[in-house]
Amino acid sequence: MARPMTMTEKIFAAHAGLSEVVPGQLIKAKLDVVLGNDITAPPAIKEFEQMSDTVFDKDKIVLVPDHFTPNKDIKSAEMAKTVREFARRHNITHYFEVGRMGIEHVLLPEQGLVAPGEVIIGADSHTCTYGALGAFATGVGSTDMAAAMATGETWFKVPASIKVELTGRLSKWVSGKDVILKLIGMIGVDGARYQSLEFTGEGVASLSMTDRLTIANMAIEAGAKNGIFPVDDITKQYLARRVKKPYTPVAADTDAEYVRTVTINLDELTPVVALPHLPENVRPVSDIQPTPIHQVVIGSCTNGRIEDLGQAAAILEGRQVHQDVRAIIIPGSQDVYLEAVKLGYVETFIKAGAVVSTPTCGPCLGGHMGILAKGERAVATTNRNFRGRMGHVDSEVYLASPAVAAASAVLGRIAGPEEVA
Amino acid sequence: MKFSGKVWRYGDNVDTDVIIPARYLNTADMRELAVHAMEDIDPTFAGNVRQGDIIVAGKNFGCGSSREHAPGALKAAGIVCVVAESFARIFYRNAINIGLPLIELGEGDINIKAGDTLAVDLDAGTLENVSTGETFAVPPLPGFIQEIARSGGLVNYTRQLLAAKGGNHE
Repeated sequence: MARPMTMTEKIFAAHAGLSEVVPGQLIKAKLDVVLGNDITAPPAIKEFEQMSDTVFDKDKIVLVPDHFTPNKDIKSAEMAKTVREFARRHNITHYFEVGRMGIEHVLLPEQGLVAPGEVIIGADSHTCTYGALGAFATGVGSTDMAAAMATGETWFKVPASIKVELTGRLSKWVSGKDVILKLIGMIGVDGARYQSLEFTGEGVASLSMTDRLTIANMAIEAGAKNGIFPVDDITKQYLARRVKKPYTPVAADTDAEYVRTVTINLDELTPVVALPHLPENVRPVSDIQPTPIHQVVIGSCTNGRIEDLGQAAAILEGRQVHQDVRAIIIPGSQDVYLEAVKLGYVETFIKAGAVVSTPTCGPCLGGHMGILAKGERAVATTNRNFRGRMGHVDSEVYLASPAVAAASAVLGRIAGPEEVA
Repeated sequence: MKFSGKVWRYGDNVDTDVIIPARYLNTADMRELAVHAMEDIDPTFAGNVRQGDIIVAGKNFGCGSSREHAPGALKAAGIVCVVAESFARIFYRNAINIGLPLIELGEGDINIKAGDTLAVDLDAGTLENVSTGETFAVPPLPGFIQEIARSGGLVNYTRQLLAAKGGNHE
């Protein structure tokens, strides 16, 4: 009988054709999805062409131009063109053109392209988002993407796992973003380096799929290789309307080995903020001195789903964005955007004095659609607040949930939702 | 593999956004990117780095994005090796794949200063700070990674793999 294994170990064993794997072992695993975007795919395509004439499977490669699209300048238009032409040349099934696209990590789960038990690599560090669905998913670079497009497999070192035990339930105005920021604050930006974060405990059942996607998205911000959630009724309900391909969910063995256990009681959690310039600088919003802000960004692969926009709309409804603040709201996909229109959120945002953009990674990585000038300060639902991340090297990004970001937009300073709503 | 070079010294958590800011990523030309390497934490780097220089840093070097442009820009700027207490995993993998040697020394104070000269012998597994005479043991790379390194990076490694399988390009 095989040794007791974690979810990640089981998925790796199955994809490497082995009965068991152990942490530290180097394996070659078959890939179910290989993803790239308009920044990382062009160099991957160049390298791919040195290796192969044909892709391993036109249905398993996903290409999403989302970072600098709609193209912000001629150079980024050339990069997007490279991706578009490659997709046509190789008849790639899942290429998403502007107008039908979304921010990749919002889009792929929504379109049913990722499923439990799968092994997924993407040339984008937030590929770990799909762990919310019980898949092994991790970010890689362009050369890895290139080789994977040619061969359909890649090598991995099997990571040791940290068990993140969630107890209790989230209170009103506390969400997945607060859970993951709390965890990163506890273990640090390299606290899970080379390791897997496996979320478990009775608290998981109280987390929506949106909460889980946000949490898994930021596993990389603790240095983790992947973050992964059990497949439960909430997962199955989410998948039912979406995933059409066959898949095999896995569950961790009850006696699987973990390098450490971290417990978070969701009952005790309050809204938090990560201060510049590291996601580990986490404080409760209530502990922060009055801090005036210039910009709010609500969106990104971390918090660009419809429930995220719903939280923001609930706070902005009938209120005004502070006169000193630019509030930028970016639905994560065309479907999210349409839903936000139907639910009246877009009208709420516009009436409040916010701008609503088509889906793009835009300001999150300092690309376009909301770059900060010297000395400016933003509250953003994005995932990184590194120095210069959203613009000038002397600007500051505070990471928070959509509820905190919306409340801050109204008050013109970092604020908790209970101060407004 | 042997080389020696002058040290650029940095601290903990040097992230990919400062190694090569995203605002420049509308090109994948590494020589063009090299001009902006490290500029958000060290505006003196790009103008003064010389071919053969070495970066020495603290823990979690390369955290953040999966952009291969980060090790790519450093390599194009002339950096031949990065020595750190520890590396973020995607950066580590990317550097191996493009043939930029990394040395992970383990966490603790590294007595190497900016401007020191290092002599590295990867085959012998040694790193000498020529300026102080201090030597460090360099742990050998694990199996697959040595194979990739021996092939000259992942592109060559994969070409060989595909050829062995009767692949389509050879």
